[in-house]
Amino acid sequence: MSDDVAIRVRGLRKAYGESLAVAGLDLDVHRGEVFALLGPNGAGKTTTVEILEGYRQRDAGEVRVLDVDPASPTRDWRGRVGIVFQGTGEFDELSVAEVVHHFAGFYADADDPDKVIERVGLAAKARARTHTLSGGQKRRLDVALGIIGRPELLFLDEPTTGFDPEARREFWELIRDLAAAGTTIVLTTHYLDEAEALADRVGVIAGGRLVEVAAPNQLGNRQEALATVSWRTPDGTPDSAQSATPTALVADLAARFGGEVPGLTVTRPTLEDIYLTMIGQR
Amino acid sequence: MTTTTRPAEPVTAAAPARRSGPTGLALRQGRLEIRQFLRSRESVVFTLGFPLIMVLIFASIFDEEIAPGVSYTQYFITGMIATGLMTVSFQNLGIWIPIERDRGVLKRYRGTPMPKWVWFAGKVIMVLVTGFVMTALLLAVSVTLFDLDLPTTTTAWLTFGWVSALGVTACTLCGIAISSLARTARSGSAVVTPVALVLQFISGVFFVFTNLPTWMQQVAALFPLKWMCQGLRSVFLPESFGADEPGGSFELTRVALVLGVWCVIGLVLCLTTFRWTTRRDG
Repeated sequence: MSDDVAIRVRGLRKAYGESLAVAGLDLDVHRGEVFALLGPNGAGKTTTVEILEGYRQRDAGEVRVLDVDPASPTRDWRGRVGIVFQGTGEFDELSVAEVVHHFAGFYADADDPDKVIERVGLAAKARARTHTLSGGQKRRLDVALGIIGRPELLFLDEPTTGFDPEARREFWELIRDLAAAGTTIVLTTHYLDEAEALADRVGVIAGGRLVEVAAPNQLGNRQEALATVSWRTPDGTPDSAQSATPTALVADLAARFGGEVPGLTVTRPTLEDIYLTMIGQR
Repeated sequence: MTTTTRPAEPVTAAAPARRSGPTGLALRQGRLEIRQFLRSRESVVFTLGFPLIMVLIFASIFDEEIAPGVSYTQYFITGMIATGLMTVSFQNLGIWIPIERDRGVLKRYRGTPMPKWVWFAGKVIMVLVTGFVMTALLLAVSVTLFDLDLPTTTTAWLTFGWVSALGVTACTLCGIAISSLARTARSGSAVVTPVALVLQFISGVFFVFTNLPTWMQQVAALFPLKWMCQGLRSVFLPESFGADEPGGSFELTRVALVLGVWCVIGLVLCLTTFRWTTRRDG
């Protein structure tokens, strides 16, 4: 395993009874990159990530995370991996500051708890009991606990589910800060715009397999994909054609109409269209 | 791996939080557990208040002597201390651990470099401290209001100590073990409360043990509470009362043996069945 690989997965399989949740998944995540695992519910995202985090045992396959097999996590490894869970972070009778200070004590090289609280935007709530926090604030606490140990690798499982748009933007800034500081980040999401906004590379997962890995703007070869040219025929009915050379088609149409083409549009598939095609929902 | 790149140091100075040694971690965890316990009013009232109220009621109803110079309180206090110890350990853990597991608090701890045993140590410290406080309160109230005679010999105090310690250990381990039976946060008390209540009725807490039907005595003898009560009776009742016990004496060796066996059973169950995550988490 080369030094610039943070995660290496080959032929990962996991079944629950009869149903195969992960069916032979291969994945490489490089050090320092932000990698988004994108997929619908039930695609195997969470199962995959929980195997990488050391919470679930796999049935088959080879997995290395920071050069350790997460099936038998060591203390040292736990200290180097940060995890932001889906909806935990409720310590009923404790305040935000108490929880973050307490967790800082578990790490050999913890960050300053008060600075971390400020960084996730909870400074004003530091003395509040965790059960009085709003949903978004609880997620911030989850993030604070995920990064308190200054992890080399941070897992974020659907981090902005339930956020309002402004909170999401702020959260994205936080992730970008962490990435800029050199933290490798693996996030799962079912928001396309989130993957597009944050990730260096996106892996689309469907039916327990990684169906494509690419930079967001190259997903499904969007640059090369067929463009759809639409227009209206002289009798007014809409017509359209898909073309790899839309400019030539438009020139041809212009010649045919002798000038302006009525109702002319040229569109390329959005990331969402590509994604829905890939996961077989279109 | 040679290029282990930690994220760059933030502009702010180094962290004040340094990881303490294993003992330090356990003490911190214990302090946190006690703080959580004290702040949750229901558990304080239920755990500490219930045995106190029972003593107040029973000692007020039955104020006669069961033998010349031996008040009913002298008998009843033994059952109440044993019940109280079972409440702070078995019931408290059996009810709270499923809640923490359901909220993802346990999963959260599992994701840190905290050694697993530290979490258990925190619970044990919490149980020991609350058990000690509860016993002291019971004794104080009974001495002040109901003329309880405290043990006068060192031997009696020593017996008091080891019976309580062994009993609490057995009940703590069984409480942790039974917590894995509850499927959800709410079912913890449904699992634990009936067990505790039945044991209280058949183990001689509310009634004089030897007045119970023989078969009931035999069933009770399989479980720890009966032996805790019996051990404590040897502490608070005159030696001559030993002749009234089913075995013709207080049978302290057997008390130690049965409680010891339950410690082993509890420990094995904990090690083999304890779950850090809920069933749906896998």
